[in-house]
Amino acid sequence: MRFYEYESRRLVEAAGIPVTDYGFAQTAEEARKIAQEIGGPTVIKSQVLSGGRMKAGGVQFADTPDEAARHAEAILQLEIGGHMPRGVLVDPKAQVKQEYYASVVWDGTAKKPLLLFSDMGGVDIEEVAEHHPEHVGRGHFSNLLPFSDFQAKQVIAAAGVTGRELTRLTPILARLAGLFQDRDMTLAEINPLAQLEDGSFVALDAHMEMEDEARPRQKAVLAELGIADDDVREVHEPSPFETKVGAVDAADHRGVIQGKDTGFHGNLGLVIGAGGGSLTLTDAVRSHGGDPANYSEIGGNPSVAKACGLAKAVLEKDGVEKLAVMMSIVSNTRVDIVARGVIKACLELGKEPSETIAIFRIPGAWEEEGFKILERYGIDYCDRSISMHEAARRAVASFQEDPAEAEAEAARP
Amino acid sequence: MAGIFIDVEVSDDVRGDCELAKKLQEACPVDIYAAAQEGVEVVEQNLDECILCGLCVETAPPGGVRVLKLYDGGAALER
Ligand code: SF4
Repeated sequence: MRFYEYESRRLVEAAGIPVTDYGFAQTAEEARKIAQEIGGPTVIKSQVLSGGRMKAGGVQFADTPDEAARHAEAILQLEIGGHMPRGVLVDPKAQVKQEYYASVVWDGTAKKPLLLFSDMGGVDIEEVAEHHPEHVGRGHFSNLLPFSDFQAKQVIAAAGVTGRELTRLTPILARLAGLFQDRDMTLAEINPLAQLEDGSFVALDAHMEMEDEARPRQKAVLAELGIADDDVREVHEPSPFETKVGAVDAADHRGVIQGKDTGFHGNLGLVIGAGGGSLTLTDAVRSHGGDPANYSEIGGNPSVAKACGLAKAVLEKDGVEKLAVMMSIVSNTRVDIVARGVIKACLELGKEPSETIAIFRIPGAWEEEGFKILERYGIDYCDRSISMHEAARRAVASFQEDPAEAEAEAARP
Repeated sequence: MAGIFIDVEVSDDVRGDCELAKKLQEACPVDIYAAAQEGVEVVEQNLDECILCGLCVETAPPGGVRVLKLYDGGAALER
């Protein structure tokens, strides 16, 4: 889950990293008061979860409290990336000597947190890494062993920082690493981390993302930040498909379904069972030249109605021609129940199941009954002896009119 | 709406038995039986949710309730 900047700053502050004397406002009047208390030029920043605030006009500078109120009023009505702001952050305009970049990010490939530091802050770190790699220091650390400040020092030094700055920056990066671990973050970023004219350092902006599954563990922190349990922090507004699938899931406690389609516009709808299998299969369809219409998961022994609801939502998506139902080998969801659900969806939508279901890969419970149902409706199915990759290939090949040509095409490297 | 995959046949004896109707209602995990005033009522819209657990077949006297798999040539669920 993503945090708003004002929440991220509170987390940073609680971790012992210096921040400016900022305030959070939800009305223009509140913004004026905060600006008055600050007593100098301020920056008014929109509090939205999407990026691109600066370009969209969501960050404005004010010299007086009246100006701050005016900017706040405008920003509070400004939609950015499909999101309305939660409020505005009123920040004193800092006298910055130099901007740095500091972050800790979860490296899924190395399965370790990665420290990143640069003496070129305030811009995209990707750009700095590409054009000035010598200005970026990086280093993994263990989530199991105690963190040593020396690891932070090495990363900062690798970015070319020395002397007094190196000494003062080390505890800041070390605390950021501590925050990352203690709060189950997937990303903890301070950009810019500013050195002020007096030589001190403050976090001028922060971006934090926490592991969704950690919410129960971090209940106390979330409560302190005023984040309710139902505040799910979706980065995108749910699409009509996602809303529909969510409603089907909520209507019945049996089993779990999930459906996402942001960025998917293909003709092959997917109904996939078993955790990691969903991602693998979506990728497998793509690697065979297929065009998925969605990403989905079904598991935990849903009712027929739930399986039917998911399949219907997928089939009703614009452009969807066929459905691939694929279960991974670790699935223990009842195959016969899922088969009934997806066939029912086809029939209720006036579609012929044997023509609509491109493939049904069957691992799961009650396979024998599943085979019988699929055979009865003439649906192409396969068992666990056929790999997920091969099942995906068959699903993609089913779009070709000439099956022999399709087979040949799909078999080409 | 009748089931596409599952049908249930209830014998006349069982159908009119109000006590058994309550037991069937309690036994079926997917609410296929309801205890009505006249006895057993089959809730057609739930038929396809049948999980083939056999509890209804066990609850009723032999032959009193038959669960039929329509996708399998109408084969009855064994007791
Ligand atoms: S077999 Fe089980 S689920 Fe099916 S009707 Fe009988 S009790 Fe209900």
